[in-house]
Amino acid sequence: MTALPQATQTKLGLVIDLDTCVGCQACVTACKGWNDAGIGLSDQNPYGADPSGTFLNRVHSYQVAIPDAPAQVVTFPRSCLHCDNAPCVTVCPTGASYKRAEDGIVLVNEDACIGCGLCAWACPYGAREMDEAQGVMKKCTLCVDRIYNETLAEEDREPACVRTCPTNARHFGDLADPDSAVSRLVAERGGYDLMPDMGTKPTNKYLPPRKKGPGTASPLAPLLDVKATGIAGWLDRMLGKI
Amino acid sequence: MNQPRVETQREVGDEVRQTTCYMCACRCGINVHLKSGKVAYIDGNRDHPINKGVLCAKGASGIMQVTAPSRLTAPLRRVGPRGSGAFEVITWEEALSTAVAWMKPLREIAPEKLAFFTGRDQSQSLTGWWAQNFGTPNYAAHGGFCSVNMAAGGIYTIGGAFWEFGQPDWERTKLFVMFGVAEDHDSNPIKIGIGKLKARGARVISVNPVRTGYSAVADDWIGITPGTDGLLILSLIHCLLEAGKVDLEYLAQWTNAPLLVTEAEGAEKGLFVKNAESQPFVIDKTTGHPAPWDGKGVQPDLGAEWQGNRTVFRHMVEEYLKPEYAPEAVAPRCGVAAGRIRALAAELAEVAFDHAITLDQPWTDFRGNSHKDMPGRPVSFHAMRGISAHSNGFQTARALHLLQIILGSLETPGGYRLKPPYPKPIEAHPTPHFVTTPGKPLTGPHLGYVRSPDDLCLLPDGSPARIDKAFSWENPFSAHGMMHMVIPNAHAGDPYRIDTLFLYMANMSWNSSMNSARVMEMLTEKDGDDYVIPRIIYSDAYASEMVAYADLILPDTTYLERHDCISLLDRPISEPDAAGDAIRWPVLEPDREVRCFQSVLLDLGARLGLPGMVNEDGTAKFKDYADYIVNHQRRPGVGPLMGFRGNGEAEGRGAPNPDQMQRYIENGAFYQAHVPVEASFYKPWNAAYQDWAVRLGLYETPQPYLFNIWSEPLRRFQLAAEGFGPRQPPDHLRDRLKQAMHPLPIWYAPFGDEDAAFGYQVHALTQRPMDQYHSWGSQNAWLRQIKGHNYLYLPTKIWVAQGFAEGDWARVSSRAGTIVVPVAHMAALNENTIWTWNAIGKRKGAWALDEGAPEATTGFLLNHLISELLPDRDGVRLSNSDPVTGQAAWFDQRVRVERVAAKDHPRGTSEPMFEKLPDPPRAGGGRHNSSAKNWIQNYRRKFVSPVEGME
Repeated sequence: MTALPQATQTKLGLVIDLDTCVGCQACVTACKGWNDAGIGLSDQNPYGADPSGTFLNRVHSYQVAIPDAPAQVVTFPRSCLHCDNAPCVTVCPTGASYKRAEDGIVLVNEDACIGCGLCAWACPYGAREMDEAQGVMKKCTLCVDRIYNETLAEEDREPACVRTCPTNARHFGDLADPDSAVSRLVAERGGYDLMPDMGTKPTNKYLPPRKKGPGTASPLAPLLDVKATGIAGWLDRMLGKI
Repeated sequence: MNQPRVETQREVGDEVRQTTCYMCACRCGINVHLKSGKVAYIDGNRDHPINKGVLCAKGASGIMQVTAPSRLTAPLRRVGPRGSGAFEVITWEEALSTAVAWMKPLREIAPEKLAFFTGRDQSQSLTGWWAQNFGTPNYAAHGGFCSVNMAAGGIYTIGGAFWEFGQPDWERTKLFVMFGVAEDHDSNPIKIGIGKLKARGARVISVNPVRTGYSAVADDWIGITPGTDGLLILSLIHCLLEAGKVDLEYLAQWTNAPLLVTEAEGAEKGLFVKNAESQPFVIDKTTGHPAPWDGKGVQPDLGAEWQGNRTVFRHMVEEYLKPEYAPEAVAPRCGVAAGRIRALAAELAEVAFDHAITLDQPWTDFRGNSHKDMPGRPVSFHAMRGISAHSNGFQTARALHLLQIILGSLETPGGYRLKPPYPKPIEAHPTPHFVTTPGKPLTGPHLGYVRSPDDLCLLPDGSPARIDKAFSWENPFSAHGMMHMVIPNAHAGDPYRIDTLFLYMANMSWNSSMNSARVMEMLTEKDGDDYVIPRIIYSDAYASEMVAYADLILPDTTYLERHDCISLLDRPISEPDAAGDAIRWPVLEPDREVRCFQSVLLDLGARLGLPGMVNEDGTAKFKDYADYIVNHQRRPGVGPLMGFRGNGEAEGRGAPNPDQMQRYIENGAFYQAHVPVEASFYKPWNAAYQDWAVRLGLYETPQPYLFNIWSEPLRRFQLAAEGFGPRQPPDHLRDRLKQAMHPLPIWYAPFGDEDAAFGYQVHALTQRPMDQYHSWGSQNAWLRQIKGHNYLYLPTKIWVAQGFAEGDWARVSSRAGTIVVPVAHMAALNENTIWTWNAIGKRKGAWALDEGAPEATTGFLLNHLISELLPDRDGVRLSNSDPVTGQAAWFDQRVRVERVAAKDHPRGTSEPMFEKLPDPPRAGGGRHNSSAKNWIQNYRRKFVSPVEGME
């Protein structure tokens, strides 16, 4: 069993806006590309009958039935939530899974990972993927090799998924700081924890879809009764206005 | 706590080269990170005007595209029967001399026997110019089966279009309404824009039968019945007129609403009343007398009636106030409740008129009138293929522009804004050119905008001059040609047979054709010893389905291995506030015997001695495409690229600059010319904009114009159909022309609706997923893991009524064919509509995929259900297209759906299933297949044997 840090002063994480995410999958391949170049994310049978590979971020779409309204579709990006109370860490038999004290990022020390898969079972979010070729567990690193990376321009020191998101539905920052842009966004938009009853205390937050439906404009009043006045009456009334 | 050391300073590459993406038509700027000369990572260029740093799923997967095993490696010559895939590798010299040997005699005797059509071509100003100099009338790109209704409907009405040729004023719009917008043009810019609206809580509405993607995040969704958008829009116009919620000042000043329409019976009826100088005019409210339409200080009277002739405005009001456009009348047909339509009209009116905005920016209009500010109506729209790919799509696009016009929002702050080179009136576009003279070029470009029957491309006997019958009475305004009809027409010998079909990057034997199964037969059928289409030359970078059907393959480079220009001469990357163009350059050198197709085309042109491509001594004028891009001049001083001309400082106009390409590379592969701030809005009428456009070289003189609510070109065709004029349509087309060529935007039922009477009640649609849209090859190893399967999505009504269950199949039939395909339930869908992701299905053996790949086993196309022809009437072959523009009417499709229980379909593959295509010579390799390892091996590696790198 591996211990979690007592508490972290900084909680780096993502805020994902479900009102804005169109499900374009841009974050999925930006993540795949960046991390494949870094830690390696293998693919099995990439041109075969049943291709599969390791992705640290996937986007699923769900249909939601709404009473007395048309069904809705929600696209839902899913990756590690960097939980305060991360069950994937406490379950790890070798100490490979750990949560960083300095910023709260949950990482896997691949040198110590034996690929037992217990952490993936323990994670209620399905956010870990075994790299079948390397035999080690992979997960979102919050691009720890970007956010502190001084070889990158300062504006690029954010996770690849955030940098690429075309709708700006993904936000990165310190959720322990109530004045950070991400914390303010969570406060303004009612950001919520995923499956809070699991007691995992995730750092990442999701912003809920806004209420949908017809607008609230007052009905248009007819200018006059066209049937009674004919078009000529309409023209008189209308053009008299200018 | 003892934490391991983490590498945080990883260098992704040793060099960054900036070029332009080619995974779709967005043409985003990309940073290609190279490590030891190989691509390590691709991300978006933050300085680029189109994507501002972001990148889509395709763009970030480009690394899998340049390493794809399906890349062709060398020129190929067919040695077995066509379609058998038996090829031999030949040299480029053999390939080029073979092509010349086929083409040269055609040029000398009958240039029209060469048909040159391009698919995902981003170099149309070159390919068109080449075909023009060859002298064949048979050239177009793929716009005819893509979205020409969007372009033509827009250009004939407002001198600009949706597509990527304009965009909402994302910073100021308060209400954004999309009609039939899937994740297509203009992909990343629209996503960025929606993100901006969402960030400030602006309202987004989507009218679309399918609620995915943008429709899923829209604040309101109207799940309309396909093909009825035009009716819904005209009903909105009805509601706005009924309530008097129209912008009269805007209509009077900037549109042809105050022009007078000839009332007298005869050959002029419905055309504008003209003065002695042949100019239309208005009645000035202040004097009650005729006044020039472009006169300073004139106050046009919208309600005028002069010598029995009424204004366009009066005609318009009379038409749309008819009870047939009332929401209650259109609701059943549209599948949208009347209350919903009235509520949407009220919402549009409220934002346009009660929440109007004003920019404190003085400007002067083309009449010389000064304006102290720029009022704006912050309602904006976008529309794409959902309304376009119907047989009533042209008029539906016009209707939507009319809606924007009466709201007074177009080209105002908060509304829809055009991007240079638009706005541009019809009069500034060429008419189509087609007259062939053996050994000579055409006298002008192939594609253009028809003003009257005089401009049609007809032979002296009245038959179509073009193989696709574009610009004929069947589809007079086919501004992008009709690529989908080339193979069927050439096969039928209607209007004539051809000799050589030359195709670029167009998968005509698969997903880019209607009735794909039949097209494959057309490509292989013989007439005596020879094929009905005797010769086919094809250029592609990948082993697509089309390769097997060609006789000569000219292998192209991938997008990172080539030069290109994204030019103001065809489809630039402009923004409303700046004209923009861009380049591609070889950030990688090809490692195969492949050549940039455009360089090959110039080489062929030189070998054929085509004008403009050879020097006086007969030698090649251009070394390659890059040389052409820098040194070609379309008009004196105006070339493919506008930036860094002359001494390097000239913009738009200037002599060729030998350093131009290098300057683009140093500038991030693009260039922008900024619109002056006083010219930002009201561009069609803004004197500052017009002057800027002339300075830049967009046109030679200012081109102000009025929006065409009433279209004279359309009316001229109605007149012909009514029997007026020397050029007369065939009798069987008169009624159809009278209906479709109405000078006001109107709605008529899509032609496909006729199939309902035969038991085909259900609408069938397709859309491309955002992660594959317009990308050339979903064999991409990463993207196919995201969407390698496609299902037919069935609405709840059909799912429940027929007792469908998960794992079931459906037999889907139409008048053209039958398919058996896997199904899935979707509730967020119009109740009479089914749909699937398009072009996931691949033919077995193509694209270097395993024959058991899901794309080739369960993947499917709807194309087999869609006839390229309308049902036979008295032996007349009419294409299944919009009667105005020839836009392929993919979305008119009606079908019948029957459940096939999983147990009754034990084979578990989609039908029809075609023979496996043989594997042509190709690169192989590609993404490494990392086989799974046993975890125990890993455990041993780490804990039993010494582990390298352990600290």
